Amino acid sequence: MMDKNIKEEIVEKVSQDDLHLFMKGTPLFPECGFSNTVVQILTYLDAPFSSTNVLENEDIREGIKEYSNWPTIPQLYFKGEFIGGCDIIKEMFESGELKEELKDVII
Amino acid sequence: MKIGLQDIYLNRNMTIKKEELETMIIQAFPEAKVEIIDLAGDDNHYSLIITSKRFSGISRIDQHKMVYEALDGKMGNELHALTIKTLVN
Repeated sequence: MMDKNIKEEIVEKVSQDDLHLFMKGTPLFPECGFSNTVVQILTYLDAPFSSTNVLENEDIREGIKEYSNWPTIPQLYFKGEFIGGCDIIKEMFESGELKEELKDVII
Repeated sequence: MKIGLQDIYLNRNMTIKKEELETMIIQAFPEAKVEIIDLAGDDNHYSLIITSKRFSGISRIDQHKMVYEALDGKMGNELHALTIKTLVN
């Protein structure tokens, strides 16, 4: 079971900005191809996002998987809700669905 | 079997055979059309395209969760990289 403080930290992270990405590495220096793909898509769409590098925090890395019941990183949250990992975000981007979904926050 | 650091560096015991992956998916989705590609030839990077009528009316996230469930905790552990595409027929 996830520590209560970790859960609170996750809730805080996903609610502080419209878009929050849990990733390996940072947007400037992604350390995994899947994380990089999501960063590139959000950058391409001009959608501002904050991020958490799970490689720097093992508790968050495991906690986020339990929080969303999703076994992999990256994980993208929009307005506090998990909207997908790399495959889903890529699919939504290619179909134009992502741009539509994020239209309020795109610059 | 105990897995040592050496094994992790060399990726031993951290992979899954294509046949094993296929069997797990087919057992959970006997009705589905399943296509698996070993992307790098290293038993560790796969692409899965699965077409099933059971995905009808279910969100993409939940469709992928059904696939992850079929893999019984292997995703993110033995199985490092699996690209999933779910389709409804």
